[in-house]
Amino acid sequence: MISDNIDSKLTVTMNGIVKRFPGVVANDGVNFEARAGEVHALLGENGAGKSTLSNVLTGLYRPDEGTVSLNDEVVHFDSPRIALERGIGMVHQHFRLVNSFTVAENIILGEQSSSLFMDTASAVERISALATQYGIAVDPSARIWQLSVGEQQRVEILKALYHGAKVLILDEPTAVLTPQEADALFTVLRSMVAEGRTVIFISHKLDEVMAVADRVTVLRAGKTVSTIECATTSTRELARLMVGRDVVFDRVIRANHAKPDNIVLQVSNIDATDDRGRQALKSISLTIGESEIVAIAGVAGNGQRELAEVISGMRPATRGTIAVNNEVVPNSRVRKAMTAGISHVPEDRLHTGLVADHSIEDNLILKSYRGAPISKMSVLRRRIIRAQAKETIEKYDVKTPDTITPIRLLSGGNVQKVLLAREFDSLPSVMVVSSPTRGLDVGAIENVRKRLVDAADSGVGVLLISEDLEEIFALADRILVMYEGSIVGNIPAAEANRESIGLLMGGGSLSAENN
Amino acid sequence: MQSPLRLERRLTQPKWLNWGVPLLSLLGALILGGIVLFATGKNPISVYARIVERGFASTDAFSRTLISATPFAFTGLAASVAFRMGLINIGGEGQLYLGTIGAAFAGIAFQDQPTAVIIATMIIFGMLFGGAWAAIVGILKAKFSTNEIITSLMLNYVAAIFLDYLIFNSSSYWRDPKSYGFPTGKRLTKNAYWNDISIGSIEIPFGFVVAVVAAVIVWFLYNRTRFGYEVGVIASSPNAARYAGIRARWKIITVMALSGALAGLGGASDVGDFRHVLDAKGVQISGYGYTGIVVAALARLNPLSAIFVAVFLGGLSNAGYALQGPDFPSGLVGTLQGLILFTAVAGEILTRYRIKRQNTIADGVIV
Repeated sequence: MISDNIDSKLTVTMNGIVKRFPGVVANDGVNFEARAGEVHALLGENGAGKSTLSNVLTGLYRPDEGTVSLNDEVVHFDSPRIALERGIGMVHQHFRLVNSFTVAENIILGEQSSSLFMDTASAVERISALATQYGIAVDPSARIWQLSVGEQQRVEILKALYHGAKVLILDEPTAVLTPQEADALFTVLRSMVAEGRTVIFISHKLDEVMAVADRVTVLRAGKTVSTIECATTSTRELARLMVGRDVVFDRVIRANHAKPDNIVLQVSNIDATDDRGRQALKSISLTIGESEIVAIAGVAGNGQRELAEVISGMRPATRGTIAVNNEVVPNSRVRKAMTAGISHVPEDRLHTGLVADHSIEDNLILKSYRGAPISKMSVLRRRIIRAQAKETIEKYDVKTPDTITPIRLLSGGNVQKVLLAREFDSLPSVMVVSSPTRGLDVGAIENVRKRLVDAADSGVGVLLISEDLEEIFALADRILVMYEGSIVGNIPAAEANRESIGLLMGGGSLSAENN
Repeated sequence: MQSPLRLERRLTQPKWLNWGVPLLSLLGALILGGIVLFATGKNPISVYARIVERGFASTDAFSRTLISATPFAFTGLAASVAFRMGLINIGGEGQLYLGTIGAAFAGIAFQDQPTAVIIATMIIFGMLFGGAWAAIVGILKAKFSTNEIITSLMLNYVAAIFLDYLIFNSSSYWRDPKSYGFPTGKRLTKNAYWNDISIGSIEIPFGFVVAVVAAVIVWFLYNRTRFGYEVGVIASSPNAARYAGIRARWKIITVMALSGALAGLGGASDVGDFRHVLDAKGVQISGYGYTGIVVAALARLNPLSAIFVAVFLGGLSNAGYALQGPDFPSGLVGTLQGLILFTAVAGEILTRYRIKRQNTIADGVIV
């Protein structure tokens, strides 16, 4: 069952796969084939059916129609374990590792064994051999909680290889990785296909598909659009196939120009600590003008989250003040910040900005339920809530059967639409927006950006916190760079370039910015 | 090697599950109970028929069932209120004891007042005592993040000892100075009795009516008010609550106090409706607080369903009292209750997963 060498190569063929869920057809006659020795990308927007297709392949779901074949033999997998026995392994977006166990223990976990005790010693030996073979740097005796996200992903890959996976499916593997870690992952994947294994790479990022895949199958709305060789295509063509139309990510044209002198948000000398009590913000000062989009660039973990939380009142400032429209907002008071006109779109949409298990209509009133017209004498007025929710859904084009659908059942783009709708409709003076398009597909990104620009055009000052430089260049009037809790650069977007911003983000300095 | 059935995660929870799952659980419990009965040489069908007969089938039996159901309804509501915010209040038992102490105090102290005043003060003092007792748990959790399961459970023992102390080990305000040999509490005067309300030949305890009113109020509070909305947000997502400026600490204390007040109201009803005395031993034997957890679980934390579940469990207990004898083991009702809780918890899985038959045909069958 377990073999380190590839004695048999596997070609996976999926024919006419149909998988229905209540109210949706997730896969609608999908055809897909991945050959041994190739990295085959599965490209599509959120909700296009990529994850469903891979869950069918690994036996987590049973298709309603259609067949799965391995080397022309029709197979039925009843569980991921049986699929793995036949050589199909999967690395999920959310890892399935036991934090307190070592790498080796996690890898042999679930192995059928006749002995009561786990034979860790020989396992460590085999794991090390596999790791060397594919250039995967992991210490088998390290415990999972000691490892970075990138290392944990390598453990998942090793686990699949150890259990004899000849076909490895990776679900959006780079979503959690730094660019350097992603490059290292691509090298590992290349060495695996060189051995004759098959890699199925699920993604919605065009650049990385072009970088790593041999062929790509594009899914749209549950159907196969096309399967093409990467060498014969371009990012632009893939984008068009994926969304069904041309998409351009150029600098957005603004109707209203920024008025940086009409200050709507003034942050003065703010200090704050992070969750562990260490200083996260060091004397931050910044201003945002009417209709101005100010971006904060920086590598995650340099104080951006803490800054957003201090401005929105979720985290106390240990020093300094925040003023909206020249009025000081009391420190660490979320509701005071709200009424002062600060709106906040947090990075964690599902569990901070929204309540995933609650309905759309309940989420839309999260900030307005305290007063008229939503509630009267502490009683919620359901009829008004529903009517307003219907209007909002229509206005922001949220795709949902009704207003009582729980947020967790919506696709990523629709989740963000609900959150933005609530924040825009609170008519803020200032919006603090963190990674607003992370994890969204091309169409949804376009929509979110357009909404942000519309808000700025209407006079709102926007603080855009993002790691995505492309996004910052597309939207911002002015770019601030954060590094280790301080603002290390303040550059008008027109004068900024990627190199200088990247240098500041990495802790370097520009000669012009020295003073 | 492989089971012919498999579980698939549900994406949505259809409405029918709200009544379907408890009903299925109940059926499962009856079948399991039937096996137990059969194994001990009894005829399950005839035993169940007698339970129905003695629990529900006549107006007389039903009146007695409502008496058993009343404390279950209060403790069931108390548990539901706390569980809905994710607070596992196991202390309904002790909170109910405190409710009996508070209500007995009011009943004795205000015995010269008109009946309406006495009943009102008994209700208020029962709720205050029970609520304050539970608030201790809430304050400890809000201030020091102590585990409410442990503190509420421990306080049950403290409440029991306190109750014993008031009657057996001190000459407290509650103890009847004329009782020698076996100490008892002061009996309430007749005008402090909560009188039954008759509908036809069914006698409805006044406390049961109070429980129904309380259930409607709790339902409204949790489904239609700002308070309930905030509790829901805190329960589902503490981060979102922080983001929306909802203070969880106060809510923890308030909800615990509310839960305890409902259990305390059950204690007041126990004194006013039935015992008319602070009966330290009697109230402890009954285990109302723990049954409340079963009620809440079976009712899936819905306060209105809790009333129906309480009536059902009340019928079981009542039939158990009436039937116990050589051919009807007294442990049977407890066994059935336990089985029902067991299957109800197992049934919860069905709300999150659905069963699919495993076969070679490609399309699965939804059971």
